[in-house]
Amino acid sequence: MAILGLPEEEYFSYGHRACAGCGAALAVRLITKAAGRNSIIVEPTGCIEVVSTPYPETAWKLPWVHGAFENAASIASGVTSALKHLGKEDVNVIVIAGDGATYDIGFGHLSGAFERGHNFTYICYDNEAYMNTGIQRSGATPYAASTTTTPSGKESIGKQEWKKDLVHILAAHGSRYVATASIGYQIDAYKKIKRAIETKGPTFVNLLATCPTGWRTDISKSIEIAKLAVDTGVFPLYEIVDGRHIVNRPKSIEELKPVEEYLRMQGRYRHLFRPERNEEAINFIQQRVKENLRSLLEHVEKGL
Amino acid sequence: MINFENIKLKVNDKEITIGAVLESNGSVSNLKTGAWRSKRPVTNLEKCTGCGVCWSLCPEGCIVKRDNGKFETNLDYCKGCGICANECPTNAIEMLMEEK
Repeated sequence: MAILGLPEEEYFSYGHRACAGCGAALAVRLITKAAGRNSIIVEPTGCIEVVSTPYPETAWKLPWVHGAFENAASIASGVTSALKHLGKEDVNVIVIAGDGATYDIGFGHLSGAFERGHNFTYICYDNEAYMNTGIQRSGATPYAASTTTTPSGKESIGKQEWKKDLVHILAAHGSRYVATASIGYQIDAYKKIKRAIETKGPTFVNLLATCPTGWRTDISKSIEIAKLAVDTGVFPLYEIVDGRHIVNRPKSIEELKPVEEYLRMQGRYRHLFRPERNEEAINFIQQRVKENLRSLLEHVEKGL
Repeated sequence: MINFENIKLKVNDKEITIGAVLESNGSVSNLKTGAWRSKRPVTNLEKCTGCGVCWSLCPEGCIVKRDNGKFETNLDYCKGCGICANECPTNAIEMLMEEK
């Protein structure tokens, strides 16, 4: 049976210890629904590892392996090779990793596994910082976000660098399918994960997952914010299929909502509005978001 | 085949399995996380159209479909985040303060 096109079966049990309103927990529900029973999940260290397996209990109803912080892609490489040897190549191998393990710590292993071309899917639930250890900045943390290692203040805007463009880095490895998705558009996310799993070779989905604790947002607004991230163009939804871009949302510069709507809802950007409005920083973010979408749309136009 | 779940080691007087192997059985449900909640979702079943949006967006996965096609929350596990109430297209869900 399916509801809204999503299978009814749950492979990630309630009773897990994620915070109320956790976007990553919802991300895992969607991922496991797309994966189905015939799957092996590989998990590096991160929020989901911690909240899902308070030993001797586990939230998983699928085979699940936890390694170290950095080596999920390498474990997945080993698992795919073993399955190949056993003649069981119909089993889905899926890595579910946070942005810390993906963008920073496990990046070398991830790059290696993509270059070797193992048949697995890597899904990053991107909550834009090391949340479980206390909100330290990562390569995925966006510009101007205040974290415990990039605190905002008189001399600091928060994080000074733009978010790393990991999706294009992995596309450049020659992957046949990479995409961005948001838990705010859950059906789109489910379809993309499903497509990534069905595509041969290494594939990647960057799945934006709100973190009320780290983003300092209202726990009931996790989905609303994840939708706004897309509609303001801060986190546009696109796919790169066999090297060609498809932009799903937003479809044009004109339909962009102002980034302010998105920034205002989050405590990590509070310093951009109080004690006084930082017009310069807000304009900078707005301009760069527009440029980014323009560049994506140009890729589509040129058939790149 | 070796059943790793059945081989126990003693560490600090506690029994553990080799490599911390566990059966994938969703046993976290032993803890009823509903105790964390400060607000309780209450669904108005007359307004509920059974669309399933709340079910598809619940981080706990503790919203269940009833036989009549409508959705209801399993309060044993609901942490009270209120995403369902915020996203319900017909505003059928209301968050009420938990009282002792």
